[in-house]
Amino acid sequence: MKALARAAEAGFIGCRVCGLVCEAGGDDAQCPRCDAEIRSRKPYSLSRTWAFLIAGIIAYVPANVLPVMHTRSLGDSHGGTDNTIMSGLIDFWKNGSQGIAALIFVASIVIPSTKIVALAALLVNAQRRAPSGSAQLVRLYRMLELVGYWSMLDVLVVALVTAVVKFRGLSEAEPRIGILYFGLVVVLTMLATLSFDPRLLWDRRARRG
Amino acid sequence: MAEEPIVAGQPIVTRTRWHLPLVWIVPIVCALIALSLLARHVISAGPEIHVFFQTAEGLEVDKTQVKFKDVPIGTVTGIKESDDLSHVIVSIDLHRSASMFARSDTRFWVVRPRVGLGGISGIGTLISGAYIGADPGKGGHKATTFTGLEEPPPVTSASHGTQFTLHSDNLGSLDLGSPVYYRRLKVGQVVSYALDSDGQGVTIGVFIDSPNDRYVTRSTRFWNASGIDVSLGADGFKLSTQSLASVAAGGIAFYDPPWAQNERAPAAAGMRFELLKDESTAMEKPKGVPLYISMKFEKDLRGLSVNAPVEFVGVEIGKVLSISIDYDPKTQHFPIIVGAVIYPLLLGRVFQDEMTSEPQERSRRIAAMMTDMVGRGLRAQARNGNLLTGQLYIAIDFLPRAAKVAFDGSAQPIQIPTAPGALDNVQQEISDIVAKIDKIPFDSIGQHLDQDLSELKGSLDQLNKTILPDASRTLADARKTIQAATDVLSGESPLRQDVQRTLDELRRSARSLRVLTEYLSRHPESLIRGKPKDLPPELAAPGDVAAPAPSPPR
Repeated sequence: MKALARAAEAGFIGCRVCGLVCEAGGDDAQCPRCDAEIRSRKPYSLSRTWAFLIAGIIAYVPANVLPVMHTRSLGDSHGGTDNTIMSGLIDFWKNGSQGIAALIFVASIVIPSTKIVALAALLVNAQRRAPSGSAQLVRLYRMLELVGYWSMLDVLVVALVTAVVKFRGLSEAEPRIGILYFGLVVVLTMLATLSFDPRLLWDRRARRG
Repeated sequence: MAEEPIVAGQPIVTRTRWHLPLVWIVPIVCALIALSLLARHVISAGPEIHVFFQTAEGLEVDKTQVKFKDVPIGTVTGIKESDDLSHVIVSIDLHRSASMFARSDTRFWVVRPRVGLGGISGIGTLISGAYIGADPGKGGHKATTFTGLEEPPPVTSASHGTQFTLHSDNLGSLDLGSPVYYRRLKVGQVVSYALDSDGQGVTIGVFIDSPNDRYVTRSTRFWNASGIDVSLGADGFKLSTQSLASVAAGGIAFYDPPWAQNERAPAAAGMRFELLKDESTAMEKPKGVPLYISMKFEKDLRGLSVNAPVEFVGVEIGKVLSISIDYDPKTQHFPIIVGAVIYPLLLGRVFQDEMTSEPQERSRRIAAMMTDMVGRGLRAQARNGNLLTGQLYIAIDFLPRAAKVAFDGSAQPIQIPTAPGALDNVQQEISDIVAKIDKIPFDSIGQHLDQDLSELKGSLDQLNKTILPDASRTLADARKTIQAATDVLSGESPLRQDVQRTLDELRRSARSLRVLTEYLSRHPESLIRGKPKDLPPELAAPGDVAAPAPSPPR
């Protein structure tokens, strides 16, 4: 890939809000036109991303271990069952709703874990001195943003089921603490994606050069 | 605008600050939350226990709950078979708050729908599925391995009441949960039973619910109220039952005997009672010290059975213990030896003092008393208690006319002389009469009678031939004579008319005589002077009367 001119090298910074090109200055600079902070790169991008990612990974554990939903149907007058993401998925699969099971599997297991792995890959690559496949990494980054919209599917399922399945006495469903952690995972990974500055991927080459 | 150079905007530098990567707070907070969750899980996790069951029917991993009073206290986390395949091992995670259930005397059982004679239970589990019931013990040490019960325990630790121990020869028709009745009210149930270690009896645990357990006193008698009690003895036919349910399912009843008024202190928990076989046995008075007696009967004792009553002047004071045959080489008879036990206390207060003294003294006194009583005619008799069934009982009674016998009061057991029974006497007399009748020479009497009768017949023949024709002839003559007499006496006969006329004449004569007599009584002078002129008309009128007037007076 041809080396293109970069604003940072030319001593300019583009305001991320209004697009005004400013001279590169100190750290705490403001856009003269819109008062937005202007920075050549997102500050502490890598460390913030790492922080959010690690928090997400930590939250991912209780999200999968703790029950996300409590269902109770006629007969289990006292017990009812707590379902974790995985056990609910298995129930769906066993009860013949393989489609829904697959959907939940993709939305609740594949996407979050993929996001976490992908972010980790981006971060590692961004810090590596020897760059490789920047274009693929960028594509991965775009895909992350795209997929992020759908990460909340599981939370929505629980919210919907809880609201809809409320036949007093016959069957009831209630959210459990696990879904909070799952939501946290989604939010944290989105924050991690946001705080990651893809421009760092190009900076590596510049540094090398 | 064109001449002005394009100047890049000057960023306004306000401050220079070293930035702490505050964002790291996020993962730290996350980690703290996760750690706290982990810690809470570790802390809140109760002990894991293992329960052995015969079968895992109805149990599901991660679904089946352990409940105490319907409150979940744990969940089944694993089911696996034991190494020897004889039972299943159910792993249970107890909640932290339920860690007191991990004690050695806690009981676990599977609650399933059950239908029994005692009722129906666990219907709810038909829909919700089985669960494991738990009942915490009161003490015990920490334990993680339990043997589950196959049946729900009839009494849980939460039920208030008192447990008592009964002892019996056999279990009868009792079972776990069999009711215990007090005044026909169900107040408790059988909670356990086990064979004695020597196999010679059964120990039964009963649980009496509070507050009715206070009616169990030191003097309380328990009896088996199972089924229908039918007895046939010298005292007749008896049938008794406690309740219809106990007929089917068996049961125990208890009651304070009415004579034990002064022993009404409540019994201590776990007190041991004897389970008696029926109500009448249970309600018997305490009999005091037994006295063993033996009687020798020379007659056949068909109808006498072991446990037949021994009565003294009509009051039952003991029972027959044994009936055996002896051989007497002197008389070459087979007398029957009846062994019996009597309870002298039942004879009244006379024996109270005798029986409470110490054994040596007691037997000496009894010997003296018995010698005295036998001297006054105390005898044992086998009497017929029930003519219908032919059951015999032993009656001990004073027979003033009994023949004197030698009596050794110090013999053990005491040998009470016997006398033939009242019915035996009757039998004896009847046989005597029969013997006398037997002695009457009916044959010769018959022969003589026959002879006499033939002679009589000869006389009668003679009578017929000779006397009867004469007699009939004589009778005909007599009839003729009577006829003649009748003719003479009849109204038309001349004799009768003559008689009539003569009588009339006689009557007239009598009347004239009377008139004359009256006249003379009034006029006695006429005898001398004759009839005056002024004759009263009544004297002048009847001319014929005046004719015999001159007849002389007497």
